[in-house]
Amino acid sequence: MMVNMEGYIPIVGRPIIDDLRLLAEKLEGKVIQHINSTAVGGGVAEILNRMVPLLKDLGVESGWDVIKGGERFFEVTKKFHNTLHGKPGEITQRDFDIFLETSQKNIEALDIYGDIVFVHDPQPIALIKKKTGNKWIWRCHIDVSNPNQRVWGFLEDFIVKYDSAVFSAPGFSQKLPIRQFLISPSIDPLSDKNKELPQETIDSVLRRYDIKKDKPIITQISRFDRLKDPVGVIEAYKLVKKYFDCQLILAGGSAADDPESLQVLEEVMTRSKNDKDIHILLLPQDDIAVNALQRASDVIVQKSLKEGFGLTVAEALWKSKPVVASNVGGIPLQIKHKYSGLLCHSIDGASFAIKQFLANPGYAKKLGQNGKEHIKNNFLITRHIKEYILLFLSLYHKEDVVYL
Amino acid sequence: MGFKNKNKRGYMQKPAKAIEPFRFYTRLHLSELTGLRASNLNQLLDIIKQVPGSCIYHHTHRFLQQHQYLSPEPPNDFAYWVSNVLGEDELGERLASIDTVQFFTVRSLRDKITSTIEEYLKKNISASLRFAGEGEEFHFIKSTSFILPTNCIAYDLGEFVDIFRTITIDSIYFHIFESRLRLEKKTNDFSNWIETSIGDKGLADKISRLDPYTHTLEDLRKTIIKIIEQRLRD
Repeated sequence: MMVNMEGYIPIVGRPIIDDLRLLAEKLEGKVIQHINSTAVGGGVAEILNRMVPLLKDLGVESGWDVIKGGERFFEVTKKFHNTLHGKPGEITQRDFDIFLETSQKNIEALDIYGDIVFVHDPQPIALIKKKTGNKWIWRCHIDVSNPNQRVWGFLEDFIVKYDSAVFSAPGFSQKLPIRQFLISPSIDPLSDKNKELPQETIDSVLRRYDIKKDKPIITQISRFDRLKDPVGVIEAYKLVKKYFDCQLILAGGSAADDPESLQVLEEVMTRSKNDKDIHILLLPQDDIAVNALQRASDVIVQKSLKEGFGLTVAEALWKSKPVVASNVGGIPLQIKHKYSGLLCHSIDGASFAIKQFLANPGYAKKLGQNGKEHIKNNFLITRHIKEYILLFLSLYHKEDVVYL
Repeated sequence: MGFKNKNKRGYMQKPAKAIEPFRFYTRLHLSELTGLRASNLNQLLDIIKQVPGSCIYHHTHRFLQQHQYLSPEPPNDFAYWVSNVLGEDELGERLASIDTVQFFTVRSLRDKITSTIEEYLKKNISASLRFAGEGEEFHFIKSTSFILPTNCIAYDLGEFVDIFRTITIDSIYFHIFESRLRLEKKTNDFSNWIETSIGDKGLADKISRLDPYTHTLEDLRKTIIKIIEQRLRD
C-alpha cells in the first residue's frame, strides 16, 4: 500500500499536515538512519514500517537497518528486557559477553550513513561505538521505571555516549548526563490494524476462527509473553464467567526476537483446556484479523504486568471500545480512569471492571467514545512524526524556545 | 435595508486593510524529561524553586493542549498531584484556583505557586508527612517550544477570521498563551494586532478580556470568531 501524508487529512485536518511539511523543510539535507533488531513483530517494527515511508513522503530522507543476532544473543536481550522491566532474573558475565560479541559483529558489519542515527531499544545500543561527528539518539521503548541495576548500569555506559535519549512515559526517565525527551508511541489509523473494516470482513474473520457472536466477547490482543499476563486474563475471565455467559479471545503472534513466547503459549493452552468459550489464536502478523477481532469485541483487556507503552490500548480505544487495562507503563497516559476506560491492579480488579462494562453498556459506550477522542488528540502517528522531527531539530538547538 | 450593502463574505462593508498584515505562527513542543521527581510536598516545593521556568510553564499549561476535549480538567499538574496523589484537597484547590491569567511572567507565577505551598505547609505541619506511593511520584518535565511562521497571512479582519477558522489549535495556543506569558508580551498577539494595525481598541479589549484558561482551545476559537464576526457585521 502506498503510504503518504495526504491520506491523513480526512482524519486530522489539512492544517496539521501543512505544519508537518513546514517542519520537515527545516531538516533539509539531513539523513535519518533508524536501527533496531527486528523487521517484523513487536511494536517497534510496526511503528518503523509506517514511520519511515511517511518521513520520506515529508521529504525527510530516512533509512532503516536491522542488526543481526543468533538465538543466544536474543535470549540474552530477552533477559535484559525482562530484568529492565523489574522482573527477577539472573544475568551472568557470560550473558554480557554474548551480547558484546554479537554487538562487535554488528559494529563491523553495519554501515552508518545517517547524519542522525536513531537506535531503538537495547539490542543495537553498542553501535554507539561507531559515533563520529554525527548525532545519535537512543530510543528506549521499555518500562525502565524500576530496572535491574546491573543491566541498567551495563547499558548506561553506552547510553551516556548518545546525544539524547527518549522514553515513553515520565516515570521511565533516569538521572542521566544527556538530554532526555518524553515521546509516546502512536498508532496508525490507516494501517490494516486500525482502518475501518466492512462488517463482512469482521464476520468472515470470526467464521474463520469459529467464533460465534452469541455471547459477549472479551479480548486481549498481545504476544504470548509472561509480562502480558495471559494466564491472569484467563483467571479474570473465569471470575466474570460466574455472572455473565461470555467468551474470551486471547490472540497474538510471536516476535522473531522473543524465544520465550512458545513456552508461554503452551501454558495458556493448558490453563484454558476444557472451556470451549476460550479461543486461543496464534496470529502470525495478520493485522486485518487483529483489527476484526478488536472490532467484534465487547470489552478489550490489556492486563499486562509491565508495559513499554501498551499500544493495544490505543488501538482498542481508537475503535471506541471499552477497555480494562493495568495501571502500568504508558497505559495511564492513554486511559484516564473512569473517563476513557477502567484501570486495574489485579485479577480481581480486572474482573470487576469487565463486569461493570458488561452490566452497563451505556457506560461502556461513553468511555469508549471518550477514549477515541483522547487517542485522536494525542496518540496518532501524525503527532508522533511531529515529535520525532522536533527531536531531530533539538539536536541542533539547545535552547528552551527555538525560533525556526 | 442593510443587506443590500453586504459584500461577498456577508459583512456590511469591506473590512479595512491593516497597517501591518498578521502572520500566523505556530508553536510545536517537545517534552524534555529532567529525571527530577518529588514524593512529598517539601520535595515538590524545593524542586519547583530550582527548576527552569520551562518546567513551571509545562506543568501549568500542558493540559490545555493535551486534554482540550476534556472538561472539567485540573488546571495544572501540581494541583492534580497534590489532590489526587497526596490527598491534600485543600492545597490542591488553592493551587488549582491560582488565576494564571493575572500573571505576566512565568517567574511571578512560580512565586505564587511556591508561596501558596509554603503558607499551607506552615499551617498544616502534618501535610509534609504524606508521601506518594511507588510509581506515583511527581515527575518534572520541561517544555521546549519550536516556533515557526506558517504560510497564512491576513491583510484585513475578514481574512483574519477566515484563516482563524481553520488554523491549527497549536497556532491559536501560541498567539494566546505562549506569546503573552512565556514571551512576556503582556497581551495576546491577536488583540495587539487588532489594536495597533486595525485600530480597533474596543475589539482588541474584548478579546484580551477573555480568560483563556477557562476555555478549551476549540471553544476559544469559536468565541473569538463570534466576537470578530459580530464586529464585522456591525
